[in-house]
Amino acid sequence: MGHRFPSIDAVRDGLADVAYLTDDATAGVVYLADRLAKPVLVEGPAGTGKTQLAKSVAELMGSRLIRLQCYEGLDESKALYEWNYKKQLLRIQAERAADWDDIEHDIFSEDFLLSRPLLEAIRSTEPVVLLIDEIDRVEVETEALLLEVLSDYQVSIPELGTVTSSTVPLVFLTSNNTRELSEALKRRCLYLHLDYPDVEREQRIVLSKVEGVSEHLAAEIGRIVRSLRGLDLKKPPSVSETLDWARTLVLLNIETVDAEQAVDTLHILLKYRSDIAKATKALSGSGVS
Amino acid sequence: MLPVLAGFVEELRRSGLPVSLTEHLDAATALAQVPLDDRDVFKGALAATLVKDSSHLPVFDTVFDVWFSLAGVEDPDAGEHQDDDDGTLAELLERALAEGGDELLQELARRAVRRHAGLERGGRMGLSYHHYRTLRHLDLEGTVGRLVERAGSQAGGEWEPLQERLHREELERRGERLRREIDAELRRRLVADRGAAEVARALRRPLPEDVDFMHATRDELAQLRRSLQPLARRLAVRLARKRRHRRGALDFRATVRRSLGSGGVPVEPRFRHRRPAKPEIFVVADISGSVAAFARFTLALVHAISSQFSRVRSFVFIDGLDEVTPFFSGEDDVDVAIRRVNTEADVVWAEGHSDYGMALEAFWDRFGDEVSGRATVLVLGDARTNYHEPRSWVMRELGHRARHLYWLNPEPSAYWDSGDSVMSDYGIHCDGVYECRNLRQLERFVERLAA
Repeated sequence: MGHRFPSIDAVRDGLADVAYLTDDATAGVVYLADRLAKPVLVEGPAGTGKTQLAKSVAELMGSRLIRLQCYEGLDESKALYEWNYKKQLLRIQAERAADWDDIEHDIFSEDFLLSRPLLEAIRSTEPVVLLIDEIDRVEVETEALLLEVLSDYQVSIPELGTVTSSTVPLVFLTSNNTRELSEALKRRCLYLHLDYPDVEREQRIVLSKVEGVSEHLAAEIGRIVRSLRGLDLKKPPSVSETLDWARTLVLLNIETVDAEQAVDTLHILLKYRSDIAKATKALSGSGVS
Repeated sequence: MLPVLAGFVEELRRSGLPVSLTEHLDAATALAQVPLDDRDVFKGALAATLVKDSSHLPVFDTVFDVWFSLAGVEDPDAGEHQDDDDGTLAELLERALAEGGDELLQELARRAVRRHAGLERGGRMGLSYHHYRTLRHLDLEGTVGRLVERAGSQAGGEWEPLQERLHREELERRGERLRREIDAELRRRLVADRGAAEVARALRRPLPEDVDFMHATRDELAQLRRSLQPLARRLAVRLARKRRHRRGALDFRATVRRSLGSGGVPVEPRFRHRRPAKPEIFVVADISGSVAAFARFTLALVHAISSQFSRVRSFVFIDGLDEVTPFFSGEDDVDVAIRRVNTEADVVWAEGHSDYGMALEAFWDRFGDEVSGRATVLVLGDARTNYHEPRSWVMRELGHRARHLYWLNPEPSAYWDSGDSVMSDYGIHCDGVYECRNLRQLERFVERLAA
């Protein structure tokens, strides 16, 4: 089986081409995921581009992205597959006279199978990227559903047999770490911790994503946001909030951010009243911390 | 390479990281796929395959630096700069902070360690001792202050507080990097002198989840607090799930309606959903000096779970008891709330040593009627009464009235009932008594709560 990426640098540069600026560590894990044919478990604070990473990798490879959004109560019939009862029933009623063995054989065939995201990814003939988003939202018991898919890239359907993938999909699981994932799941995955970018990278992200922003302003934005993240807030500003803020500043024609302007626009970066109060105090305070 | 990797994995396990055999094999496979001459890539491949928890990454970093240190790259005592004195180093420090280049910081770390760290062959002192010695001579903070001031006067009148703050933070970040470089340099030299295994053993630290609440350092406590939010959410989910059955009774109307789609055959029966009853939580926490750290932590936990339940009431006591629920409900910031608890709560009635009997009786007298059959009561403390009357009848009554009554004790269970501890007097009335010395145990308590 051919590999998708020739080198780590190729991954990083390729991702940069689809406007996802990343570091060597992230590119390295994506590269390894392809080489070792293993899923990647991406963890980190909200708004650091976990989901976007999967989307960008799909875009880079030009392949389809299949997404399974997890939620509490997600079960087999929503994640893997489901038999189409109604269609089966119609089939049975349509030919009452037919031989039962034939019917049984017939109604448990692929025509009556509803593919859900996981099975769809496995059955796909062209390479796909499978994104299992917010895996920490499902219960521990449901997690077990994924194990067969993640380690062997196959789905066992009792009535039909085992469906094995012809091409190994590139799998990304994201987690906001609201709950400890099971050992079994973690063991099957490569692990990537996506943290907030450092000032230089955030500055480049702002420059590449926001139109009309000057290099000076981007640098300033990066430094102020880092300063805010150092404050022990309830919800530190995410990258997307940084971008929103940058766009606002550009719209307001601000070139150099002073404390007053920063405080006036803080509500774009921070979403809690107590956070805003804390940040206001820090930014406009005497500066001697 | 493989024996080195095996030794590395072994050291990770000794540091407490759960590295399985599969992961060890994955690491070996991964190393075959990446260029080994790039140290960062090499490290990244190991991290991705061996570490599955971000809170374990610092431990991994330390072990990696020790195990794959660049020992023997150069003879530490050869070469130039033998004649460094304090003046040249201070100058270099200023330059390194002002410019912030990696190479400059590394060079400074190398020279400062050689001059100040006091390393000697066969020495026995730990890394933090040498780190401290090196920094004491460098005056890092003073230099940062001077540089900020100088930049301020250069900028003239338009130097805003915000600019000053940003500038200071940039310099402090470089200072932080310098500290890390000094650590790396010290590690390198210690490994060259004492061998990797020895240094790794000396540097072994407990993982965050194994840090003892009662003996945690300030940094460790800060780290614990960050792990708290997810833990609290888990606690809430499990408590709620415990009383929720998957399905209620058959919903006949909905089933019939549903069956119309399949020709009147009820293929999918519908069930009524039960509305999970939200538990009421009463937390009664000891905040006296002996368990102050645990108390701070538990108060933060109290606050974190209070947003998850319909009704949480918190009480703190030493020898008197006070309700502190309002401090938390009106306040988003947990630090402020805790400060208010520490300063405003009226918990000292007599002498300021914890008196469980008095506090529990006060709780019973004033709030006992409000504990209903839907309430879960958590008592947090070491059950050390300072030889006061335990009045364990309060616990008996509470146990009868509340749905559940649990006790969390931050002391090792071996110490329970020794001295003035009356843990079992209270414990027999509880649905469970749990040793809660660290995050791992607190989490296990959460787990049991759900079972």
